[in-house]
Amino acid sequence: MGLFQKLKAGLQKTHSKLVHEIKRIVTGSPRLTGTTLAELEAALIGADLGFAMTTQIVAAVKHAYETQGGAGPDVFAIAEAEVARSLAANEPALKRAANGVTVVSVVGVNGTGKTTTCAKLAHLIQDRGETAVLAACDTFRAAAIEQLQLWGERLGVPVVAGAYHADPAAVAHDAITAAHSRGAQFLFVDTAGRLHTKSNLMKELQKVHRVMGKKLPGAPHEVLLVLDATTGMNAINQAREFHKAVTLTGLVVTKLDGTSKAGMVVAIQKELGLPIKFIGVGEQPDDLQPFDAGQFATALFSEKG
Amino acid sequence: MFDSLSSKLQNVFRNLRGLGRISESNVADSLRDVRMALLDADVNFKVARDFVERVKAKAIGQQVIQSIQPGQQIIKLIHDELVELLGAENAGLDLAGASVSLMMVGLHGSGKTTSSGKLARLLQKQGRAPLLVAADVYRPAAMDQLETLGKQLDLPVFVKRGETDVVRIGREALAFAEANQRNVLIFDTAGRLQIDEPLVQELVRLREVVQPREILLVLDAATGQEAVNVATHFDQALHITGAILTKLDGDARGGAALSFKSVVGKPIKFMGVGEKLEDFEPFHPERMAQRILGMGDVVSLVEKAAETVDAEEAKRLEEKMRKGQFTLEDFLAQLRQMRSMGPLENLVGMLPGGGDMLKNADLSKSEKEFRRMEGLICAMTPLERRNPQIMNARRRLRIATGSGVKVSELNNLLQRFGQMQQMMKKMGKFQKMLGRMGGAPPPGLFRR
Ligand SMILES: Nc1nc2c(ncn2[C@@H]2O[C@H](COP(=O)(O)OP(=O)(O)OP(=O)(O)O)[C@@H](O)[C@H]2O)c(=O)[nH]1
Ligand SMILES: Nc1nc2c(ncn2[C@@H]2O[C@H](COP(=O)(O)OP(=O)(O)O)[C@@H](O)[C@H]2O)c(=O)[nH]1
Ligand SMILES: [Mg+2]
Ligand SMILES: [Mg+2]
Repeated sequence: MGLFQKLKAGLQKTHSKLVHEIKRIVTGSPRLTGTTLAELEAALIGADLGFAMTTQIVAAVKHAYETQGGAGPDVFAIAEAEVARSLAANEPALKRAANGVTVVSVVGVNGTGKTTTCAKLAHLIQDRGETAVLAACDTFRAAAIEQLQLWGERLGVPVVAGAYHADPAAVAHDAITAAHSRGAQFLFVDTAGRLHTKSNLMKELQKVHRVMGKKLPGAPHEVLLVLDATTGMNAINQAREFHKAVTLTGLVVTKLDGTSKAGMVVAIQKELGLPIKFIGVGEQPDDLQPFDAGQFATALFSEKG
Repeated sequence: MFDSLSSKLQNVFRNLRGLGRISESNVADSLRDVRMALLDADVNFKVARDFVERVKAKAIGQQVIQSIQPGQQIIKLIHDELVELLGAENAGLDLAGASVSLMMVGLHGSGKTTSSGKLARLLQKQGRAPLLVAADVYRPAAMDQLETLGKQLDLPVFVKRGETDVVRIGREALAFAEANQRNVLIFDTAGRLQIDEPLVQELVRLREVVQPREILLVLDAATGQEAVNVATHFDQALHITGAILTKLDGDARGGAALSFKSVVGKPIKFMGVGEKLEDFEPFHPERMAQRILGMGDVVSLVEKAAETVDAEEAKRLEEKMRKGQFTLEDFLAQLRQMRSMGPLENLVGMLPGGGDMLKNADLSKSEKEFRRMEGLICAMTPLERRNPQIMNARRRLRIATGSGVKVSELNNLLQRFGQMQQMMKKMGKFQKMLGRMGGAPPPGLFRR
């Protein structure tokens, strides 16, 4: 850069700073204090939004604060609106197949709440007066089949299962047949927990989906990634890798009855644009709620526990 | 494991290493980056802040600013601080006595049941007689899950289906163990939120009856900022004796380990590295710290260098290099010093980004070359080493034959050595000049 350009660029900066400052004075907006910003930053990071996302929101809030004017709007209210806005374009309803059974595959890393979510979803469908079938495609973890079968008994929902260590794709295949013959509207496929870093297990999941797609074109219609609200930044990797492997259609965030705020979904939403469909708020069948961006944002800044 | 944090910190350290001097302000810059990396690794923000403050205080206190290789010194400081935070020693289980109980507690899905099985397997191998106790009365098929694990291990499992009172389960399990000569009881409890007071009180009552020697908090390595609250609450209610960190086979950065240690101060005793029962290892704070920083291997390199390289000797060589008095004898000493640090492959592998380098470079070739050079120089007389110019054709033939190589190879070595000497002389002059201007550091032996 030549000296002249450098000077010009420098002036440009000063100029826009000046314009901003004048605007601030004209609108009568207060300047943000360092302490408030630090407080906001702590709240956001403490809610697992992550450093990058937090920096972005703090910058947006600073800007909004100093341009909105008036009686000095509450910093946290602006941040809340900011978060709600970024999550607002969500469509929580389950997709439906044009005709026949809608297949919903429920995936995620170990222990996030996949099996419980399958049960809750089946319960939700039943409440609507429709019928569901559950597929026990976790043939690996000890007693995973019994776990789903117990849910099936409790809810009165048929469960299609194979033997332990059987090919989960074969179970999924049979489950579609069973759901068909029962005339069920929904099939929820409970898959084994797997870390997104294990390529053999991700391939196994791809196969399950491929086999279902062959058996029933369009299936699975929904692929829901179950995220544990307690998880930190790793959730972003989880979402990214599962999305790469099996093209997710939505997220379910569980264990929001705890103290974790699950702020990492803000970053996930920004990167992958996946709708958050449901949240889990307990261990019982009706502890499942459609996602609400406004409520989520409010909870993010509220004290719990 | 910890890949992302590693690469971030590696950047930080790369910058640090590149700096010849560190001023107070650029220490602060680097530490800000460290804080950011820690936050991205899910270290609780308060813990991260304190950590950075501590390192800063130490860095400045120790006057790294004046050291020759401040970057490396800071690396060591950060590493040491992290090790200290994670606990300096690997703590085992306290199982002295005829019959003892262990209790596994934690949030939902953190890995309590699996870890119970893993511990049972370990204790069985150590010659104990474990009894797994199914005390999760809530999760569907939780008892079946533990029973299956018991079958896999060929170990008894105390199961009382339909029982919903964990205190009764505790009492009966103790009696069962007594009657069946089982000397370690492992209680697998249901997952619960730390704020669920009635359920936490259930654990308190179970503890009263069972009087466990160890209460282990099972913590998922991917846990975020709340790890601090989870650990604090469980510890306050139950006085846990330690933790098990699970799912370390993934790419979670494991900041929860740091959070846990710094708020509870109890040791992390084991780590889960897979879904199978054998995927279980004692927790090594040192290794973990190194893993988190991703430059662990750099730390051991620095340490190794410090161990093997006599600082005086290094200084002497540097001095000689600068003055252009570097002889083949010195070269031999330097070669040996490098080789005493281990195979080249290991050395390079230890450096950040060295892994990538290894993929491309055929180091075994360089290694061989090193050895051949050493052989050649060894075959020379001390006089020849100090005065290479006296090596005529006859001498060269003798040396080459003596070390089993062609004369052309010796010629090659001598030629390259000559070039090296020339370069050093030039560098020496250049540096003297810079030195007068108050700039650049002397060429450290291990600067890259
Ligand atoms: N508090 C709370 N607990 C939940 C929620 N959803 C699931 N859980 C509990 O979390 C634990 C794990 O749930 P599972 O449904 O078995 O999880 P999973 O993903 O199928 O686990 P794996 O198949 O072992 O990978 C169980 O104890 C559930 O009761 C929730 O929304 N809130
Ligand atoms: N990859 C991996 N999975 C684990 C590990 N420990 C437990 N799991 C899995 O995590 C899930 C929950 O474990 P479980 O023992 O049932 O958790 P609990 O609810 O705390 O008893 C299961 O799918 C386990 O197979 C581990 O170290 N690595
Ligand atoms: Mg499951
Ligand atoms: Mg369990």
